[in-house]
Amino acid sequence: MNRGANMEKVIGKSILKGIGIGKILFYQKGQQQVKRIKVVDTEAEKKRYEEAKETAVRQLNELQEKATKEVGEMNAAVFEVHAIMIEDGDYVDSVLNIIETQQVNAEFAVATTGDNFSKMFAEMDDDYFKARAVDVKDISERLIDILSGKENGGNIGNEPVIIVADDLAPSETVQMDKEKLLGFVTRHGSSNSHTAILARTMNIPALIGVDIREEWDGKLAIIDGYSGALYVEPDEETYNQMKARQEEDKKSREMLQELKGKEDVTLDGKKIKLYANIGGVKDVASVLANDAAGIGLFRSEFLYLESEDYPSEESQFLAYKTVAENMAGKKVIVRTLDIGADKQIDYFNLDHEDNPAMGYRAIRICLDRVDIFKTQLRALLRASVFGNIAIMYPMIISVDEVRKIKEIVEEVKAEFDAKGVPYGEFEQGIMIETPAAVMISDLLAKEVDFFSIGTNDLTQYTLAIDRQNMKLDNIYDSHHPAVLRMIQMTIENGHKHGCWVGICGELGADPTLTRTFLEMGIDELSVSPSLVLPTRKNIREMDIQEMDIQEHNS
Amino acid sequence: MVKFTFVVNDEMGLHARPAGILVKEAVKCSSKVTLKKGEKTGDAKRIFNVMGLSIKAKEEVEVMVEGENEQEEAAALEAFVKENI
Repeated sequence: MNRGANMEKVIGKSILKGIGIGKILFYQKGQQQVKRIKVVDTEAEKKRYEEAKETAVRQLNELQEKATKEVGEMNAAVFEVHAIMIEDGDYVDSVLNIIETQQVNAEFAVATTGDNFSKMFAEMDDDYFKARAVDVKDISERLIDILSGKENGGNIGNEPVIIVADDLAPSETVQMDKEKLLGFVTRHGSSNSHTAILARTMNIPALIGVDIREEWDGKLAIIDGYSGALYVEPDEETYNQMKARQEEDKKSREMLQELKGKEDVTLDGKKIKLYANIGGVKDVASVLANDAAGIGLFRSEFLYLESEDYPSEESQFLAYKTVAENMAGKKVIVRTLDIGADKQIDYFNLDHEDNPAMGYRAIRICLDRVDIFKTQLRALLRASVFGNIAIMYPMIISVDEVRKIKEIVEEVKAEFDAKGVPYGEFEQGIMIETPAAVMISDLLAKEVDFFSIGTNDLTQYTLAIDRQNMKLDNIYDSHHPAVLRMIQMTIENGHKHGCWVGICGELGADPTLTRTFLEMGIDELSVSPSLVLPTRKNIREMDIQEMDIQEHNS
Repeated sequence: MVKFTFVVNDEMGLHARPAGILVKEAVKCSSKVTLKKGEKTGDAKRIFNVMGLSIKAKEEVEVMVEGENEQEEAAALEAFVKENI
């Protein structure tokens, strides 16, 4: 083995303590530079294009089959439409004509045609058709990728790999085959970005802020999530050391498995509900595998992100029903649509905002575009028959908003009552993630059944620190006394008025704070599935009685 | 030439998915199939042509079928669009 002569070590910020070993795949953003190259044999170039076209259609048919199984026929139809577009007579004629008359390479002809056609859509008077420019871009990029021998959008091949990229959008990561991901290394992104959260959910080592290089593509590498180092072409010694560490990790994970089926209770008998956060139906398996007592946060926006168009009531209903049924009577808290800010969806056609974190997002969109909100509520209410569903509303800042929401829920109920559509009992709660909600938590508690504290946004808004801004990562401090006092106040006000209170942000799994939260009287913690057992271990080794005695004496 | 008209029921108009369905069906015809909305016309076998007409919900579209089997093909196409679009 000729390993080690060229070992390169770079440092980034680690997202998850773990080791990832495997080949690097340098993931390119869709838009690539296309060079105009003069060709003499235009017939050969045309043939190359025809072959690429056939490959593209085959790929799309395969994607359609896969998507039909995973997300249903309606959502999979987009791939069929793309296949039809790729074979469109005008599009094909334009490409062939450019190759012939300008004597240029197929990539350039496709890129030019793609630009012209997407311009045609962009100039149309209807917003929906305007947005179809994206489809034209997508098919053109697929063809160019095939012509230039590159992998495309979310397709990461069949070998398990470490993904190296400038940045990854949530819509890109959701497309990737989770079985094939050994780790993420990105140049951009903060420790609270969605790639980071996804890495934690899937228990995959990840580094951010790494000065990445394209030449690494295909090389063997190791992510050391303990030190934040990335080793490219590691030497024998490093390789063996890391391999041993990986084995150790595996063993301690297996030891945690013994905690399955055990209660979440401290040494002195304080019980707590330990739930898990999920982003979609497929995460339920890891919730069950890690023995969480329920789902404390089902991020329903992923149903929207994974879809090419507004997901129908039926497709949402099926997703919620599947999760509720699989959890077999355990609590499933679904957070209603939380998009805007760092989660953008094309078909919502949201305007560009200078300050999206404080902008048109989450419940603000739902209360403005009530039809979208009602579709989701209908799906949730129908699914509530099949399990223990609770509904949670994000980004609340006023009592008025909560009352409006409850009115809309009542409207849906009345509609169902009139039609005889069955729905079950369900709790309603709100996210506490704005300082405003904390300050009026006594008033809000009278309106709802529970609170769930979203510590990521609460920290960002309390400290006035944009959590996407990498430069501020060093002062983004979730342990800030202001944040902890906010949490304490929320718990106290909730309990005074009969609400149970949980935490579903990243802080819920912070082992250095678990004790503090228990002392504050938290009722529920919801953490990434992979952190359920480590948190359980932590809770079961804790004795909080001393604190209780102090409180009683004071 | 055989003509018939239909109204788009989908609330988003003749968007990508229904346009795709229509094109797939039109391609099966040996006849030339043309769509007409107002003064604009487009080849029904070409999806960018169809989408280029920017047909919205409740708008009326005229379909012209021209060829040797125009009678049967127009009838089949009419039944199809009225059922599916």
